[in-house]
Amino acid sequence: MIETETMVPSTASTGTPWVASKRAKRAKGFDVLFSGLTFLSGWGTVALLLLIGLEVGYAALPAMRQFGFHFLVGMQWDPVNDQYGALPLIYGTMVSAALALLISTPLGVAIAIFLTEDYLHHKLRSFCKFLVELLAAIPSVIYGLWGIYVVIPITTPLGNWLNAHFGWIPFFSTPASGPGFLPASFVLAIMILPTIAALSGAALKTTPQALKEGASALGATRWDVILQITLPIAASGIFGAVVLALGRAMGETMALAMLVGNNNQISASLFAPANTIASLLANSFGEASGLEVASLMYLSFILMALTLGINAVAEVILERSGATKKHL
Amino acid sequence: MKKILALTIAAVLSVCSVHADTITLNASGATFPAPLYGRWFAEYSKAHPDVRINYQGIGSGAGIKSFTDGLTDFGASDAAMTDAEIAKVTTGGVVLLPMTAGSIVLSYNLPGVTDSIKLPRDVYPAIFLGEITKWNDPKIAAANPGVKLPDMPITVAYRADGSGTTFNFTNHLSAISADFKAKVGGGKLVKFPVGVGGKGNDGVAALIKQTPGTIGYVEFGYAMGVKLPMATLQNQAGKFVAPTPESGSAALGAVDMPANLRAFVTDPAGDASYPIVTFTWWLCHTDYTSKPGVADAIKALAAWCLTDGQKLSPGLGYLPLPDSVLTKVQAAAGTIK
Repeated sequence: MIETETMVPSTASTGTPWVASKRAKRAKGFDVLFSGLTFLSGWGTVALLLLIGLEVGYAALPAMRQFGFHFLVGMQWDPVNDQYGALPLIYGTMVSAALALLISTPLGVAIAIFLTEDYLHHKLRSFCKFLVELLAAIPSVIYGLWGIYVVIPITTPLGNWLNAHFGWIPFFSTPASGPGFLPASFVLAIMILPTIAALSGAALKTTPQALKEGASALGATRWDVILQITLPIAASGIFGAVVLALGRAMGETMALAMLVGNNNQISASLFAPANTIASLLANSFGEASGLEVASLMYLSFILMALTLGINAVAEVILERSGATKKHL
Repeated sequence: MKKILALTIAAVLSVCSVHADTITLNASGATFPAPLYGRWFAEYSKAHPDVRINYQGIGSGAGIKSFTDGLTDFGASDAAMTDAEIAKVTTGGVVLLPMTAGSIVLSYNLPGVTDSIKLPRDVYPAIFLGEITKWNDPKIAAANPGVKLPDMPITVAYRADGSGTTFNFTNHLSAISADFKAKVGGGKLVKFPVGVGGKGNDGVAALIKQTPGTIGYVEFGYAMGVKLPMATLQNQAGKFVAPTPESGSAALGAVDMPANLRAFVTDPAGDASYPIVTFTWWLCHTDYTSKPGVADAIKALAAWCLTDGQKLSPGLGYLPLPDSVLTKVQAAAGTIK
């Protein structure tokens, strides 16, 4: 989706004719062909996106007719009686993603600051950067396995202890059942860490050197410069990075299907099992039939709309932050 | 999307079947018997190099879909096709062949408990309804004198993905508990009121192994393979029976197989019967005249699986079909043309 958003404007500006006029006719023909090709592939991507949306929406029609907007607030997901409602799934998707952001935003921004300011020798710095980016290359299912065999055995006793001693706090109100919000969000946080770190780093780098040097010349410490110059200027870029990471987190499937507990309920407790849209989709398509398929398509449609919307917002924010930098 | 998927699969399949001399049978469906089918087809192809069988374990529902859409030569499902589903098959007709069977067991993680725990008929549906929540509940304790049950909450583990295992397990629970039938019901994916969901048998097994106090349902062969403890269950006759190949076969023997070979063993009779067993079916056409050679290949394959193949079942944790069922299935397979 990110590629789509950035490709369109760049292809639209490819076919500028003034260079071609200086060249031979053959080269001109080649130019026309090439710009036509980029035009086609650019708009083809947009068309593909629209077609997918249409196809999903069309397949979801029976469920849309049957449940309408009540689908969004329905509490049941009951294939036996053909009753479908998405609220526990939307809740689970939003809460697990929000919890993941809560963990990974401070971490990611801290990593970005550490790797963009001159804390490390530049060789070591690029090595660390490489390691952080490598986190993005680990397959989702590996994160899921790591969650099952490493994270859950840590979070379960911790959760049970918190429940026993602080059970009156709603967040700790159930004993830990193994899989649940806490391990799922923790693993999710690590999965989106590279997105936040890399994009925040890019935002931090755009702070003009002159401003930083100026502040230092006025007696600001390094700490002052980071807090009062670099971060405020990069703020909108960092915010864009976080929103983009939110979109990623909401669409994440495999690791969540393995860790979230797959129980369609709404519980305030961090240790209770829950479910997300993507996880339910992955789990139930194989054996679904009839109205269940339409309802799953309706869910896909909702998830697509949510992530598309969030990505679009993130792109706009990132674009603006980039633009304001250039004028400084 | 369905059409695109269908076209893609068709394209892939047509590429696969270009061998001139050999005949390739394409099949897909249930994951539950997939390990056994894999073994069967490998052994069969070794003895008959001119026949190749591609079996994809994609789930019973998807297996029925592919078979109905004509993408496969035969399908496989843990739930026999319903009349409505059979009516959707426009050409070739449908014959359902039970090919093997299996038990579903309740596995658990109870530290310190070494004996197989006994669960009465009124207890295990209540556990899956979330009504019995502690391992030292008086009802469980009464059935297990001498066993020191821990004061530990029960965590229920179930299949999060739609599956034939869930279908058979929940239909059994619905048959023995009116309460379960009213509150949850039987299906491939149901709304369990409590618990955590794992993906696939391995997912449920991982949940059980990871968290002390967890109980979940998995296939016998799987539980045997990963050495999970299995509960002894009370059957219709009131006897406590441990899951073994013998008790499973006893349950199958108690079934009177109808002419359409569609029998769901939701609550088998007999003193020695293990209560949760299921057949699993091949879905074949009665008429393959549009595909030359396929009918003979399927008939020969089925005949082999129903004789030599059955001997491989126990080793992998499946139940050989009783003779009374075998003769009926062989007769039905013979009608394919």
